[in-house]
Amino acid sequence: MSALAAEGVGIDFGGVRAVDNVSFTTAEHGVTAIIGPNGAGKTTLFNMLSGVYRPGRGRVRLFGEDVTGEPPHRLAARGLSRTFQNLQIFFQMTALENVMVGNHLGERHNVWRHLLPLPGVFAEEKAARQAARKELQHVGLADVADRPASSLAYGMLKRLEIARALVAKPRVLLLDEPAAGCNATETEALSALIRRLAGEGLAIVLVEHDMAMVMSLSDRVVVLDQGRVIADGAPEAVRADPAVRAAYLGVEV
Amino acid sequence: MVARFATPLVLLVLIVGVFFAVDSSFILRVAALVFIYGLAAIGLNILVGDCGQVSLGHAGFLGIGAYATAVLPAQTGLHPLLAMVVGVVAAGLLALLVGRPVLRLRGHALAVATLGLGILVAMVITNEAWLTGGPDGMRVERLTLFGWRVRGADNWYWITAGVLLLGALVACSIKASPTGRALRAVHDSEVAAMVAGIDVARYKTLAFVISAVYAGVAGGLLALYDGFVTPDVAGFLNSIELITMVVLGGMGSVLGAVVGATILTALPQLLTAFSEYEHMVLGLIMMVVMIVLRAGIVPSLLALVGRGGRA
Ligand SMILES: Nc1ncnc2c1ncn2[C@@H]1O[C@H](COP(=O)(O)OP(=O)(O)OP(=O)(O)O)[C@@H](O)[C@H]1O
Ligand SMILES: [Mg+2]
Repeated sequence: MSALAAEGVGIDFGGVRAVDNVSFTTAEHGVTAIIGPNGAGKTTLFNMLSGVYRPGRGRVRLFGEDVTGEPPHRLAARGLSRTFQNLQIFFQMTALENVMVGNHLGERHNVWRHLLPLPGVFAEEKAARQAARKELQHVGLADVADRPASSLAYGMLKRLEIARALVAKPRVLLLDEPAAGCNATETEALSALIRRLAGEGLAIVLVEHDMAMVMSLSDRVVVLDQGRVIADGAPEAVRADPAVRAAYLGVEV
Repeated sequence: MVARFATPLVLLVLIVGVFFAVDSSFILRVAALVFIYGLAAIGLNILVGDCGQVSLGHAGFLGIGAYATAVLPAQTGLHPLLAMVVGVVAAGLLALLVGRPVLRLRGHALAVATLGLGILVAMVITNEAWLTGGPDGMRVERLTLFGWRVRGADNWYWITAGVLLLGALVACSIKASPTGRALRAVHDSEVAAMVAGIDVARYKTLAFVISAVYAGVAGGLLALYDGFVTPDVAGFLNSIELITMVVLGGMGSVLGAVVGATILTALPQLLTAFSEYEHMVLGLIMMVVMIVLRAGIVPSLLALVGRGGRA
């Protein structure tokens, strides 16, 4: 069974076909990359897969179940998480609190218990804080855990989003340009992290412009151009595809 | 742990301190009014400061609490405290009912919709004169607890202070809990909150209901304390004062809400020396505070102290 599947997914924005008839499936674990030139529709596709947009056409399946049009918080409960190309950080919180929000589904949410200073709630908070700290360590942000998120550099915030997604222990993770704003060392660390996660059984869908990273990490590459899939296959095969070369005219693939 | 008790403790010290420092029943009566409005502002701040959703009609919930406490004992002979409980539940239920459709709106649309809700409640109170006495208002039965008639500035001071402290403790507990964090997440990024598994519509409605319950309690207390209610309690001006208390004192700050309530409630009483200029002075203070202390009085001062401490 595939972890995530798009079946003829599409959406229009005021007559413009931003994404048109896109179909692909991902294995239950491993890295599937979605690449394509700027404006190809990668982020829009992510928005439909994660429930942020309702697809205008087609279906989305998560572990075989039709989840088309389900809101993001339901998909989260089914084990899907994502990061954002244009950062979506809780800027009034510390880095640690950002990650703790990611653990929302792992917490007990009986509101009545939160109305009074109960020791039980305090103990749960302590556990949540520890889990969040551990996740920050994994992305190399342990040192800045207690700093306000607003004081962190762009590359750090990208990794903070990954930690926030990971603390929920998702089964499918969508990463939208995670290496943007990272230097070479950070990109290398990020690649290692993604490789490890995929090895641990996570299905990762990666949108990334860093071709070296894509080619080295991916089991499978789907190429989008002007909202359509123009190639889909193993990294080497896609790299050699003339249609892909044409879409990336002048860019080394 | 500290986060939950620090603010209630500060308030407790202030409350006890003021009581022993002043020897004037006038000031104690003004203070009781401050505590009542402080309670409403703390509740509204959970919606506005924490969850980031505006309500410009919150006095409507104050009116529901106040008029339930006034009307039910007069009509049915219900004990005023039970009547107040009915009013609080009614305020919460109304918030629950209108919360989902209204809080789907954002920004100016949300502001106007909540404004309308407040006006609606005020109009109903004004128009159903057979029940509410109409624009002239109505008397409220005196509160009697176990045969003891509650009266006198001292007693009202301590009753309202007690409820304020409880309200502050509950608010601080919510803020330090996963629920409080979820509300702040909704404030900062709805889409990231959703992706983290937060049912955004549910949490917005929750904040709305909590703030309505606070307002309902404050309204009931106000009716009992004043012994008289008029539709102004639910009116537009009162709603604006509530939101001003929150913004002036500091968004998201429990102590700030009380500070804001103090300025808007006590200052006009203390500025009576300026007679006709009293509202001008108040307006000037509001403008200057917002220009100088943009995040509101308490958060801005805390930030200043924090920076000073580190320097
Ligand atoms: N909310 C929206 N409203 C209108 N048009 C949109 C919207 N979102 C995306 N688009 C359009 O859809 C097309 C695809 O955009 P999208 O952001 O998905 O591209 P992308 O592949 O992620 O590009 P990049 O590599 O630059 O991130 C673009 O033409 C964009 O202008
Ligand atoms: Mg994009």
